[in-house]
Amino acid sequence: MTALLEVKGLKVQVEDNEILHGLDLNVNPGEIHAIMGPNGSGKSTLSHVIAGKPGYDVTAGEILFKGEDLLEMDPDERAAKGVFLAFQYPVEIPGVTTMNFLHTALNAQRKARGETELMAPEFLKKVREIAKSLNVPIDMLKRGVNVGFSGGEKKRNEVLQMALFQPSLCILDEMDSGLDIDALRVAADGVNALRSKDRAMVVITHYQRLLNYIVPDFVHVMSKGRVVKSGGKELALELEKSGYAQFEDKAA
Amino acid sequence: MPAVQETVDRVRQIDVDQYRYGFETIIESEKAPKGLSEDTVRFISAKKNEPAWMLEWRLEAFRRWLTMEEPTWARVDYPKIDYQDLYYYSAPKKKALASLDEVDPEILKTYEKLGIPLREQEMLAGVVRPEGERRVAVDAVFDSVSVATTFQAELKAAGVIFMPISEAIREHPDLVKKYLGTVVPTSDNYFATLNSAVFSDGSFVYVPPGVKCPMELSTYFRINERNTGQFERTLIIADKGAYVSYLEGCTAPQRDENQLHAAVVELVTHDDAEIKYSTVQNWYPGNSEGKGGIYNFVTKRGDCRGKNSKISWTQVETGSAITWKYPSCILRGDNSRGEFYSIAISNGYQQVDSGTKMIHLGKNTTSRIISKGIAAGVSQNTYRGLVTAHRKATGARNFTACDSLLIGDKCGAHTVPYIEAKNSSALFEHEATTSKISEDMLFYCVQRGLSQEEAVALVVNGFVKDVLQQLPMEFAVEAQKLISISLEGSVG
Repeated sequence: MTALLEVKGLKVQVEDNEILHGLDLNVNPGEIHAIMGPNGSGKSTLSHVIAGKPGYDVTAGEILFKGEDLLEMDPDERAAKGVFLAFQYPVEIPGVTTMNFLHTALNAQRKARGETELMAPEFLKKVREIAKSLNVPIDMLKRGVNVGFSGGEKKRNEVLQMALFQPSLCILDEMDSGLDIDALRVAADGVNALRSKDRAMVVITHYQRLLNYIVPDFVHVMSKGRVVKSGGKELALELEKSGYAQFEDKAA
Repeated sequence: MPAVQETVDRVRQIDVDQYRYGFETIIESEKAPKGLSEDTVRFISAKKNEPAWMLEWRLEAFRRWLTMEEPTWARVDYPKIDYQDLYYYSAPKKKALASLDEVDPEILKTYEKLGIPLREQEMLAGVVRPEGERRVAVDAVFDSVSVATTFQAELKAAGVIFMPISEAIREHPDLVKKYLGTVVPTSDNYFATLNSAVFSDGSFVYVPPGVKCPMELSTYFRINERNTGQFERTLIIADKGAYVSYLEGCTAPQRDENQLHAAVVELVTHDDAEIKYSTVQNWYPGNSEGKGGIYNFVTKRGDCRGKNSKISWTQVETGSAITWKYPSCILRGDNSRGEFYSIAISNGYQQVDSGTKMIHLGKNTTSRIISKGIAAGVSQNTYRGLVTAHRKATGARNFTACDSLLIGDKCGAHTVPYIEAKNSSALFEHEATTSKISEDMLFYCVQRGLSQEEAVALVVNGFVKDVLQQLPMEFAVEAQKLISISLEGSVG
């Protein structure tokens, strides 16, 4: 089986500061990988580089997605190929209704893949179904993208997009930040409903808590720009007990 | 940060040469001798077969103009204009009079390329129209003359007069005499005075009492000839209880030299009448090095003469090398209302100094100003506005919101509001914001599959939404596209 995502020896700099010092990660279809680590360990940098956010210099290594060189692609191309990043802090776009945004984005992706664009009635039907399953009121979709949304609404909006775009790789960047336990459960249920044998997820988090709801197949501990330990889901529990300090020494 | 550097690099290579309407129409034309003198004024007046009073009016304006100085207070910078190096009149040689079929096919082709439906007359002749389709009557002005006005017959049946102003001067002299120059006097300002002396054509609209104009009226202005100034003059009157919605569009060929456009628009509303005036201005903005482009010095003013009357200006300004334009409302009638909705986009080396004046004279008059300025490239974008309440204008109210959006770090946005309240019951509110399109916002959009340019267009269209909503539907769609085109290449 070809891996869905292969990160090999990845070194990344931001303004002459090396953040990732040779990182490896293999993700197969159907798998859920959790990446844990303290602040500044490079977790978010990894998610940004995979999604193609400007401002990062890759100085060594490569990232293959479905066997193709991901770093050669523009971020919108990556999205069309199936890379989805659920943001830690989704931005607000005033004046653009969520509905319009979703429609424009979905059709941009479909167009890039050579598929026919969805007309409004078909699109609305699809969005209504998904919104219903996620308990998202339609009124929310008539408001500006994330404008005035609560933390929980913003995250549900990210999950809704995931369900709409059906990406093959979902990266969830600190999905639990800013959520109370009820909001977290709703968002996690939405994510779990999207688990499938063709889709992989990379769940980035500080805390074990999220992993009670989204149970991973693998856990990787990052520290100072490297994966310092990998294991099964029990590794997360171990971390919760003993903290990150032991790994910080190792990475130094 | 490298991301910012990338944006800066892209902005440097900015390409505003994406102007779609830059082609030239090769036709023979008849021009006045170059330069400006009393003879030029007489030449234009004679070409139009004008009555003596009109010529006198022009000459008076010309003599006054000679004594005036070009204003320098606007935040725009341009080399001195040599007024003797311009043609003040240019007309296509084969001017058709009897019907549209006699219009030079080259000109019709030009308008077709621009997407202007001059051929609507054919539809009138019996072609079945899909139900519910909105119709627009068009007056097309090519250089100095009006070449075709559509839907004349149907408008006439409704009692609406819509014709080139040169014809109105001959056919409805009393109406023209009664209103011309009463909103923008010949002595008003340097460019308006120049226009009064040499204006060649433009539109005249009169909507009689109680009539709601059955369709949108539209004028399409095209500068074709080289070294030509265009000085159009538009006069719109809505009599008691009348309503009219009017739209103007403008384009010009791409040329290396700058061309002058100095228009005057006057609107008059009587009791309970309303005029909605929309502009989509897309004159050639100059190339990526700032060479060429139209100098757009325009005086637009509406007079809410009657009680409960209303004038609403909506403008989408994307073109011109220099824009100097302040569509204003004189709120003379009690309870009258003025509105100004503006989107002004500048890219490349464009300079915009635009805004409005709301002059509250009557009691309980209200006004609303929503201005959205978007600056990209190395452009400068200034909002300049005046809100004033006269001593007797009790209960005057104004709400102003000026928002500026910056794309890149070499452009400038400036807001210069003047507020004067001469009585204590006036209530004026002013809000202003300046923001920058953030890399985070754009990245969010491209991560969802939008290209950089689609992302910028989406964010900008969201920013200007309140104003776009004011435009008649068809034009809103067109304006939305225009905004995207104007900002192509503005972000890395």
